[in-house]
Amino acid sequence: MDEMKWTALEAGRRIRAHEIGVEELTKACLDEIKKTNDTYHSFITICEQEAMAQAKKVQKGIDDGTLTSPLAGVPMAVKDNMCTKGIETTCASKILTGFRPFYSSTAVHRLEEAGAVILGKLNMDEFAMGSTSETSFYGPVVNPWGEQRSPGGSSGGSAAAVAAQQVFYTLGSDTGGSIRQPASFCGVTGLKPTYGAVSRYGLIAYASSLDQIGPVGKNVEDIAEVLHIISGHDPKDSTSVDAPAIKTVLTGDIQGMRIGIPKEYFGEGLQKDVKDRVLEAAKKLEELGAVVEEFSMPEIDYAIPTYYIIACAEASSNLSRFDGVKYGYAPTEYKDLTDLYYKARSQGFGMEVKRRIMIGAFVLSSGYYDAYYKKALQVKAVIKQSFDRAFEKFDCILSPTAPTTALRLGESLSDPLKMYLGDIYTVSVNLAGLPSLVVPCGFDCEGLPVGLQLTGKAFSESTLLNAGYAYQQATQYHKITPFAAGKEA
Amino acid sequence: MDYITTMGLEVHTELSTKTKIFCSCSTEFGGEPNTHVCEVCSGMPGTLPVLNEQVVEYAIRVGLATNCEITRYNKFDRKNYFYPDLPKAYQVSQLYLPICRNGHIDIEVGGKKKSIRIHEIHMEEDAGKLIHDPWDDTTLVDFNRCGVPLLEIVSEPDFETGEEVIAYLTKLKAILQYTGVSDCKMEQGSLRADVNLSVRPSTTTELGTRTEMKNINSFKAIARAIEGERKRQIEVLEEGGRVIQETRRWDDNKGASFAMRSKENAQDYRYFPEPDLVPVEISEKWIERVRKEMPELPDAKKARYLAEYGLPEYDVDIITGSKYLVEIFETALDACHEAKEVSNWIMGEVLRMATETKTEVEDIQFDFANLGKLILLVKKNIINRPTAKEVFEKMFTDNVDPEQYVKENGLEMLQDDNLVREVVVRVLADNPKSIAEWKEGNEKVTRFLMGQCMKQLKGKANPGTVNDVIAEELAKM
Repeated sequence: MDEMKWTALEAGRRIRAHEIGVEELTKACLDEIKKTNDTYHSFITICEQEAMAQAKKVQKGIDDGTLTSPLAGVPMAVKDNMCTKGIETTCASKILTGFRPFYSSTAVHRLEEAGAVILGKLNMDEFAMGSTSETSFYGPVVNPWGEQRSPGGSSGGSAAAVAAQQVFYTLGSDTGGSIRQPASFCGVTGLKPTYGAVSRYGLIAYASSLDQIGPVGKNVEDIAEVLHIISGHDPKDSTSVDAPAIKTVLTGDIQGMRIGIPKEYFGEGLQKDVKDRVLEAAKKLEELGAVVEEFSMPEIDYAIPTYYIIACAEASSNLSRFDGVKYGYAPTEYKDLTDLYYKARSQGFGMEVKRRIMIGAFVLSSGYYDAYYKKALQVKAVIKQSFDRAFEKFDCILSPTAPTTALRLGESLSDPLKMYLGDIYTVSVNLAGLPSLVVPCGFDCEGLPVGLQLTGKAFSESTLLNAGYAYQQATQYHKITPFAAGKEA
Repeated sequence: MDYITTMGLEVHTELSTKTKIFCSCSTEFGGEPNTHVCEVCSGMPGTLPVLNEQVVEYAIRVGLATNCEITRYNKFDRKNYFYPDLPKAYQVSQLYLPICRNGHIDIEVGGKKKSIRIHEIHMEEDAGKLIHDPWDDTTLVDFNRCGVPLLEIVSEPDFETGEEVIAYLTKLKAILQYTGVSDCKMEQGSLRADVNLSVRPSTTTELGTRTEMKNINSFKAIARAIEGERKRQIEVLEEGGRVIQETRRWDDNKGASFAMRSKENAQDYRYFPEPDLVPVEISEKWIERVRKEMPELPDAKKARYLAEYGLPEYDVDIITGSKYLVEIFETALDACHEAKEVSNWIMGEVLRMATETKTEVEDIQFDFANLGKLILLVKKNIINRPTAKEVFEKMFTDNVDPEQYVKENGLEMLQDDNLVREVVVRVLADNPKSIAEWKEGNEKVTRFLMGQCMKQLKGKANPGTVNDVIAEELAKM
């Protein structure tokens, strides 16, 4: 359908110009989702009733002038690890079956206040643990660029729903690359904001010190607008920084912008097509006025073990509350309390989640804490310093997002280590708490999208978005859809 | 063989902040189960803690009052364990950087002074309460207490006797009350003590294996638990056994302790820094402000009462040992400026009435200034002492105003000396036998005569006056 091709801002403009009603557009999206969800499995929950009620309310707000956001009335969807009042929130896990929070996450709440129409909850790796969206209890998400392909993860549903034109934008979350790698694999634009820029309140934690909510959309303009709505201090989250919402004026002028290319990011293991596309993008930015220079960042070697120790340690504690006592899945028969815990958690969690809980419990246990967790915190500090040094010289760092394009479904599930290694270019950004933007920058020889990653210093989202905007003004990759490319699944 | 007992104390006190440590739920005691609960303190998925700064302020107060160093850069840690009263399956506490360290509290037992070192004080959250229903064999959880702020005050193993422990707890309780951080109601669990105890033969210096007794909730029970556990350990050693490091539960009714869990396969709490809270930095300025606002503490108050009012040390110990008695003392004193009298009334009638009516000292309700007024009524010879005691009982139970009550009930002493003399003369005339006995040298009859006179005067005369007049009239005989 034609309206599904609109960008979010264009949809918003047409709504405000009364070219289309919010309910009409919402209905169109819901029809599209219902028609295509069997193909992509991008949605776990479709909340038609709530969406139609909100659409009606928002239309009224727009008509009487109380809702003025450029995104008012635009249908969207939310990764299923963000609490939505009254709507089942599962984290794609059996253990949260039937859990309906009586509160909404701050990001969701702010969007709703601005007039967003939430159509449903997006599929993901269970508890955001995974890089392929295959660990979901609800089955794997399929990449719209190819029925055999994974959309990446963990925010696979968030990226696939945008690529498949089911919604105009989505929210994802990024703990070690979970927004950026799926954006790269699905040919969409995604931003992992600075740690503390967007409230984590209501985001069901995987690794609290690394998790960050961010937008996924069709282009930089759309996600800049979403960021403006969801960012800014939240008194309910002590780790949210006391700063106003991030408002970006996109000029497209990147004259003199200093861009660093860490040479270690282009070494062994990087797919040639990906390397070529990313370096071509660097050239394009240079043509647009940026000053591009290679530099060295050897600390990348330590990023993956450091990330997995910290993330798993926090996860083992964060996921302890899922014990079958108060909500979610509980076994019907058990002998005693220990048996209830044992059965609820053995039956309620999937393989990858259990693996990470085990790793986390191990690295925190007495006698191992110093060797693993404490050491990981020290390396985290070293990695952060290395970024700090780089940003003395550069405004942003350009790199690939992932070593490859979209993996085949099932390819890495049997080999978790291989899956972990795929996070090599993304995890250090979370360890350092930095913002990072992914924009599409071309295709590999099989026609699968490649994503360019731009990482900046803390709270330099506007700089990154402006660079991405300049790039998208000069290129067409973000406009190419799997359907236009003849890749319909 | 002689044995030396060594003990250390872990005291948990619930802080009397209005709201919980990480959310805005009320900390009020009681209330229907699960009515002081929100998504944060019940640990629902996705929720985050926000620190109540009042808790930090209170911790600084207690730290300063117990001579501790205040940690400038504070962090919270997670203590992980599964239990249904702990909905997040971890307790937010402080392991690596507790807010107070290296303090001491000075105690005195049997005239001997001793300093008990404080190892650390840290902030943490309380858990909920499990209520077991034996009738249908289910356990219910009440999360009202979950997230109520606690301070854990950990002493060094500096105690050797139960008396020292009680003296320390009494002093600590007074400090916590004086600083206004806790009401220390043991029966409501807002002051709980765990006792770590070991014994060793007096011939060795190496400490014995210790056991921990948890959550004993009255001073008397603590004294009994210490004595019981000390004896048990000595018996084990005398029989050639070995004390096992374990947690034991003291059953005060049975007068014995029972093993709960062994520390030798101790639970691993997998502590790590709480990532959901930012570090708390305490500035010099903050500490100085708290220091300036610090009320007079028990030791200083005791010294001042002794010097300024010349009261007996025993009385001062009792009064300054309770913030509530201090409040009665100082309020009444303000109203009458008769320190000695106020002290006597508190030590006598106030505590007697409290015992008689089974009222805890903190629950004594009457308007304390009225005690001062009552003392003045006696001093000005408006009422006599027996009347004053009667009036006090009314004050204690019904909070009557003594001046008004005396007036309304016509309890003033007779100021009419002629009437007294009239009555005395009549009583003497009616009791010739007594006079005869008096003449034979039996002084005791004056007391009988006194009683007769007071009876006729309806108890309202000044006994001194009556006594004088009787003496005068007898002399005339």
